[in-house]
Amino acid sequence: MTGLHSYNITIYSEADIVTARQIGRNLSKNLGFGTIMQSRIATTISELARNIFLYAGHGNVLIEPLEEGERVGLRIIASDSGPGIEDVRKALEDGYSTSGALGAGLPGVKRMMDEFSLESSPGEGTQVVVIKWR
Amino acid sequence: MSQENEDIYTRIVRDYLKGKREDQLYLAQQLGKWLLSRNISPEEVTDMHANVLEHLGDVPEFIQDSFQILTEIMIEYGNAYRSFDSWRSRHQQLQAEIAIATAMQQTLLPETLPQYPNVDIGMISIPAKEMSGDFYHFLCESKSEFTVAIADITGKGIPAAMCMSMLRYAMDSLGEMKLAPGNMLRHLNSVVERNIDPCMFVTMQFGRYNTAQHVFRYATAGQEPGFLYRARENRFFDLEGCGTALGIAAGSEYEEREIYLEPGDFLILLTDGVTERKIGRYYIQREELVSLLEEETSASAQEMANHLYRRLLLLSQFELPDDYTMIVLRRT
Ligand SMILES: Nc1ncnc2c1ncn2[C@@H]1O[C@H](COP(=O)(O)OP(=O)(O)O)[C@@H](O)[C@H]1O
Ligand SMILES: [Mg+2]
Repeated sequence: MTGLHSYNITIYSEADIVTARQIGRNLSKNLGFGTIMQSRIATTISELARNIFLYAGHGNVLIEPLEEGERVGLRIIASDSGPGIEDVRKALEDGYSTSGALGAGLPGVKRMMDEFSLESSPGEGTQVVVIKWR
Repeated sequence: MSQENEDIYTRIVRDYLKGKREDQLYLAQQLGKWLLSRNISPEEVTDMHANVLEHLGDVPEFIQDSFQILTEIMIEYGNAYRSFDSWRSRHQQLQAEIAIATAMQQTLLPETLPQYPNVDIGMISIPAKEMSGDFYHFLCESKSEFTVAIADITGKGIPAAMCMSMLRYAMDSLGEMKLAPGNMLRHLNSVVERNIDPCMFVTMQFGRYNTAQHVFRYATAGQEPGFLYRARENRFFDLEGCGTALGIAAGSEYEEREIYLEPGDFLILLTDGVTERKIGRYYIQREELVSLLEEETSASAQEMANHLYRRLLLLSQFELPDDYTMIVLRRT
């Protein structure tokens, strides 16, 4: 056992985004991730929490350690009951982000993590689950 | 990140700190290329640099800590870098689709020119990009008559090509009716007006050449005027006509005009890619075009078309900003 527990952060403000990042960074450090991976995990949490803050108003980020036999990892579940995403395929396409920037947003998160799943229905909300294995 | 990369990196930094020579920086540039080819991301390079510093001696805490900032920023650059592959494969896919569409577009354009005694026909059509917005069409109606159409579809590329296929099928089905030129344009206008995006339109000149009488009867829909050359006077005249472009207003009417050609006279139909040519900082004038054409009056129709194209290309320093189409019809 890693002996580490999971954290549930409610996202209401940008300060909450910072808290979630910090917790993710510490937890990934304690799980033995290298420095780059710690930062990538913090970035991932940042992006997901920011989407909640921007598009849904408020929601939740759950960060939990994972153990599967020998494997150690970290799971992030970002969920909200906001407006949902109209066209998920589009949202996962490069260049769709409102910033229009290269590699930004959800496609960037998907590439940085090992596992990625997104569920969303208009009017009901959005849930993004990502896992990074050490 | 592999130990191997880090060892090479350490050695290059160490050597440079001692020598500060350009050849060592050159080596670093080569390393950069190599890391790139291995898909090493910017944040990994940042991390490697931080590690190397620690191998070289005591690193002040503030320098060590400052790498956190650099890493955060480099992750964003890294995301851009990682998205490059998906952009590239999307680009390749689009290129492949465009290649197919371009080949399909070619089938909309005639492969051969009509053959009639005492009429010499030449033609050149060069797209500015892969897909052309210029359209031309010939239809041999009888032993003595053929029709010719030249058209310019606003915009270029894929939308223009899609509009072109509509135009081609409309002309094919109207072709059997042997419509008078004004009527042909009237019908085409209603097809185009109903079926294309309101911001698009098509300019066209459509005419019927009677090779027994050498009479050319035509109508114009907003098309750039071509030229009529009178051999006896050795002079060029504008091949004018009035009528709004196709697709602009429902129910437009198109006036017909008729020209009788004497031996040696010829007609030039063209799109604005021929006339709107920028040479250096100014646009070529129609008079200049005429003076270029004057040097070609004794050439065959095809040679005339080819020569003028090459002369203009040379004058505009091989830039072809717009699709270029010219048809020459000469009574021999
Ligand atoms: N939690 C969410 N709720 C509703 N819409 C969202 C959510 N997350 C993302 N989206 C939609 O997906 C799009 C893409 O998101 P993202 O890739 O993060 O780029 P960006 O936030 O820069 O636009 C957003 O513009 C938004 O329309
Ligand atoms: Mg976002």
